[in-house]
Amino acid sequence: MISVKNLSKSFGQKLAVDDISFEVKKGEVLGFLGPNGAGKSTTMRMVTGYLPPTSGEVVIDGINIAENSIGAKQKIGYLPEAAPLYSDMTVSSFLNFIAELRGKSKSDVEAAIDTCFLGPVRQQSIETLSKGYKHRTCLAQSILHDPEILVLDEPTDGLDPNQKQEVRNLIKRMGEDKAIIFSTHILEEVEAACTRAIIIDQGRVVADGAPNDLKAKASGSGSHMVKISGMAGSGIRSELSSISGVEMVREFASSESSFSGQVLPSKKVNTNAESIFNLCKEKGLLLEELRVEEGRLDEVFREITKTDTEISERIVKEEDPEKVVQD
Amino acid sequence: MSALKNIWIVYNRELKSQFNSMLAYVFIVIFVLLSMSLTFLLDDFFAPNAQDASLEFSFFRWPMWLLMFLAPAVGMRLWSEEQRTGTIELLLTMPLAVWHAIVGKYLAALSVITIAILFTFPVVITVAYLGDPDNGTVWGGYLACIFYGGGALAITCAVSALTRSSVACLIIALALCFGQLLIAIPPVLEYAADNWGGAVADVLGSLGTWAHYTEMKRGVISFANVVFYLSMIGFCLFLTSVVIKSKRS
Repeated sequence: MISVKNLSKSFGQKLAVDDISFEVKKGEVLGFLGPNGAGKSTTMRMVTGYLPPTSGEVVIDGINIAENSIGAKQKIGYLPEAAPLYSDMTVSSFLNFIAELRGKSKSDVEAAIDTCFLGPVRQQSIETLSKGYKHRTCLAQSILHDPEILVLDEPTDGLDPNQKQEVRNLIKRMGEDKAIIFSTHILEEVEAACTRAIIIDQGRVVADGAPNDLKAKASGSGSHMVKISGMAGSGIRSELSSISGVEMVREFASSESSFSGQVLPSKKVNTNAESIFNLCKEKGLLLEELRVEEGRLDEVFREITKTDTEISERIVKEEDPEKVVQD
Repeated sequence: MSALKNIWIVYNRELKSQFNSMLAYVFIVIFVLLSMSLTFLLDDFFAPNAQDASLEFSFFRWPMWLLMFLAPAVGMRLWSEEQRTGTIELLLTMPLAVWHAIVGKYLAALSVITIAILFTFPVVITVAYLGDPDNGTVWGGYLACIFYGGGALAITCAVSALTRSSVACLIIALALCFGQLLIAIPPVLEYAADNWGGAVADVLGSLGTWAHYTEMKRGVISFANVVFYLSMIGFCLFLTSVVIKSKRS
């Protein structure tokens, strides 16, 4: 449905998006992650035809957006960042204006008002609305024509936790028969709503996969959190270390009679739980807690985006001999 | 067909928004009051030695100077506001061409100006009551006003695409309109003819608005005058689309 090939965008000297390629199929919800200024919004603006790319192409359902932008735009619903609106209009007159431009009827406007829970404010002027209502008005605008493709730039920004949940559910529900791209920097959101996630940093794709695959890349992934009592902490620790396949035991708390910590396996194989249990049984220890650490997305995110900045800093140093001498 | 429909939809929204903001009413009232009071107070309209009940040298002297302010004031928010609030992103990702939006918005602002001009009708009634005016010059005068206002508005439209600040747009557009008027007033043309040659004076005279306006208000609706205004409007609107497109690439 959405096919992005070698997309680049530069503003003057600054390269905002650097050779990004990805595809989103029908029934897929793609989460777009990245630190601020990574090029998320710029990419989305190119996908929706607002910004022309410096190079590369965007194909929407078989239509190249550069060749037939009106045809492609008809298929897209877009929620821009910060949800801009004509603040002097009322909610319903604004949505009617969009419906007219999209060639849709009043009943479509009603459906969008219902979906986004805008009933109570329909006759209210947009400038008097709270941020949550404003955001949902803009969301209503993007889904009003029941588009096959939805591009949502930070759809939950500025909403309260209940509204965030509503919007996530809405995205998940609509994702069943649409192709959706949404950007966020809230990582739980990716796990809650996405079928796939892309992490971009400094204009490049640095990770692409299902949320669970990405989580498996975290350094703590596959380790075991344990709490054992019945013996001196140091003793428990050395017993745990002696289990075959254990790379390292990290201590969180230790006392005369208990130990709690993290057991890191040398390879990512899931056999340690059984050996830890057997160890406790043999020694007559009490296994109070045993939990497999799945790996956290924010850890992966930090690792990926941090190493990148470190690498680029190193490159700068190497390219600048004078600076190295000064150091 | 769809182009006309899109222009109409954008036009409608823009016109409502002009009147929603109250500013349009304020501008219309100020324009009407000023053009009336300047006519009746500053001119010798009621002077005992007035020869005829002509509007040409009394009433129609003023709108050009007033429209020079009114057009930038009405048009200053056309594209600057869209850029400041980010709604331009919404508008340009709708299935419509950029020029549909430009023309729709321009025509809406032109309607506000036209309404302001037409609300000066009491002065026509006054003259008709007092004497027997030449209808040709009255119509010519009004056409001159609308064309002049349309030209000044087109300049404003192009300037508003350049900036996010409506105040900056107002000032720059006003300066440009004033400049375009100045380069063709008789003293400047005489100076140009004496110092730089007749060709330069001719170019200045035809690019400036002075001669076109004064000719039209006399009731001379010549082909050249109409072409001048229409090509100026067309050029400025084209420039607007170039600015909007180049700002994004």
